[in-house]
Amino acid sequence: MATATAPAEPTVPAEPTVPERNEHPLLLLTARRLGIGVITLFVVSVIVFWATEVLPGNAAYAVLGRNANPARLHALERQLHLNQGLLAQYWTWLSGLFTGKLGASLANGQPVWGLVEPRLINSAVLVFVTGLIGTVIGVTLGAIAALRKDGWFDHITSVAALTVTSLPEFIVAIGLIILFSTVVLHWLPAVSLLPPGTYAWSQPELLILPVATLVIVIVPYIFRMMRAAMIEALESDYVEMARLKGVPEWRIVLGHALPNSIAPTIQVIGLNFLYLAGGVVLVEYVFNYPGIGQGLVFAVDNRDIPVIQFIVVVLAAFYVCVNIGSDVVALLATPRRRIPR
Amino acid sequence: MVTGDAPALPPVAPPPAAPPSATLTGRHPWLSVLWSAARTPRGVVGLTMALFVLLVAVIGPAVSPHSPDALMTLTFAKPSSQFPLGGDFLGRDVLSRVLNGGWLLLLMAVAATAIGIVVGAAAGMSAAYMRGAPDGIIMRTVDVILAFPQLVFALLLLSLLGPKLWLIVLAVGLSHAPAVARVIRSATLDVSERDYVKVAELQGMRPAKVMTKEILPNLISPLMVEAGLRLTYSIVIIAGLAFLGFGQPPPAANWGTMINENRIGLQLNPWAVIAPAALIALLTIGTNTFTDAVARVTIGVDRRPEEAAMLDDLGPEQA
Repeated sequence: MATATAPAEPTVPAEPTVPERNEHPLLLLTARRLGIGVITLFVVSVIVFWATEVLPGNAAYAVLGRNANPARLHALERQLHLNQGLLAQYWTWLSGLFTGKLGASLANGQPVWGLVEPRLINSAVLVFVTGLIGTVIGVTLGAIAALRKDGWFDHITSVAALTVTSLPEFIVAIGLIILFSTVVLHWLPAVSLLPPGTYAWSQPELLILPVATLVIVIVPYIFRMMRAAMIEALESDYVEMARLKGVPEWRIVLGHALPNSIAPTIQVIGLNFLYLAGGVVLVEYVFNYPGIGQGLVFAVDNRDIPVIQFIVVVLAAFYVCVNIGSDVVALLATPRRRIPR
Repeated sequence: MVTGDAPALPPVAPPPAAPPSATLTGRHPWLSVLWSAARTPRGVVGLTMALFVLLVAVIGPAVSPHSPDALMTLTFAKPSSQFPLGGDFLGRDVLSRVLNGGWLLLLMAVAATAIGIVVGAAAGMSAAYMRGAPDGIIMRTVDVILAFPQLVFALLLLSLLGPKLWLIVLAVGLSHAPAVARVIRSATLDVSERDYVKVAELQGMRPAKVMTKEILPNLISPLMVEAGLRLTYSIVIIAGLAFLGFGQPPPAANWGTMINENRIGLQLNPWAVIAPAALIALLTIGTNTFTDAVARVTIGVDRRPEEAAMLDDLGPEQA
């Protein structure tokens, strides 16, 4: 890789002394990102917890609403630990996050963990399958469009990508339902109803439309970045040099252009996983897919605070982890970024 | 995501290329950018789509043939001469509901975008210009808010304070701010190094004035592209919330709500779903395509600010 031999930023001559190259730059940066991630998550947990405190009146009253009477209020206050001090409440909740003792759902009295766990697995399947398929399609299409820059394939895919990035995911979902399961064709189920206690993989055909929707939504972003980065790489001096030396075109693409355009693409793939954390909410709701997104909507409808708190923290944790992961992988792919600037 | 602590993201936008001639003719630079964007092929297409939907939403209530709330026909009635788009799940006229169901969505989206741009730009500019502790505090706050997916952030607020329309606008607006702040911060870092800013500082101009008089006018390109992007996202999220049932309370017509209400009758009268869905799609495609035209005119390449920043930061090394 040409970048590995490049010295520090030549555009910053004002830098008095170029800092010594650290022995383990990657380790250091990863540790730093992890530290920031843990702090971020801690602050998130405080906010999510504290948010229930800003409820007008108190949470118990807000949940019961018109059904409030002193006895029920008192019982619910005890259930939500509202009779303890603020710090003690937070501690009870935070330790519950790690031990799985999350209390009971306010909607039906079942333990929160038992309610959310199967949903978590179903959502994870959805996100993982989508991410995998979307990445492969996006990177491939982006690379082809870059190699055929300004050709018909490039023009068509670029306009299609722009169009699709504008569409809300629930519109894409409804479009697919109209096309494939109701009005035009009747190939696939319009809703992904799973019997309680079963997981998504037991009926893979129920996954097709939700996955297709999310793939359609994320592919354009990966495509756009891959195309832009690949074009930039193909126009660089080292590719020119390789061409002049007579390196075969396939080796230029696979050995020079691809590795150098992969880092920003990885960041965008990371961003798309982040997007999926929110995107699953609408798509699961449309298809009645029993994941945490649908669970969150139901919980918000019922003001089921323990469930809302847990799902939001899980989504935020996923967000922070993916962020760190994609940063580290991007660093692995970009040697020059490891030199402290 | 580009880490917020990268010391100096390379310039998001080159020095304002368009303004000089435009300022000579006395027009506002941002108007001249809009004008030249509107004359590109993409600009024409995007603007036409968005304006068509705007027209439907604004004039709609005045020309709607029936009351949007009156039960007039059969449940999911097929289109007829009296009801061109048929009936909805309660037997109301779909056409009238479509004509009445857009203006509030547009209004809310514009308001949310304004909040996001103003708060985000103020935060990003202050962070970049003041450096040091304020920078650290602002950008760490940005990191924390970014840890909530936008829709989830809005749902969390709504679940706590109840589904109120102003709260939806505020939640969506605030959830835009961090992303805007990042883009504007890196653009400001670049602009604040320029000589005319240094001159203004040496003349003893107060920081607040330097930011508004010297730096802000040079941020219009990234600001305009951001505003376009955030407007599209606002429409997407607010329509999505309405689809989930967090919008105006039931009898009111709303495109997002209509799609959800009527999708059980897709086999009987698909138009009750297709019409509002097509309008939302046209609107978002229109605003996004026009934004793309603006980005091409101002930044000169076919990529968005956040993509450009990522490419500069991690992309193939430039010769």
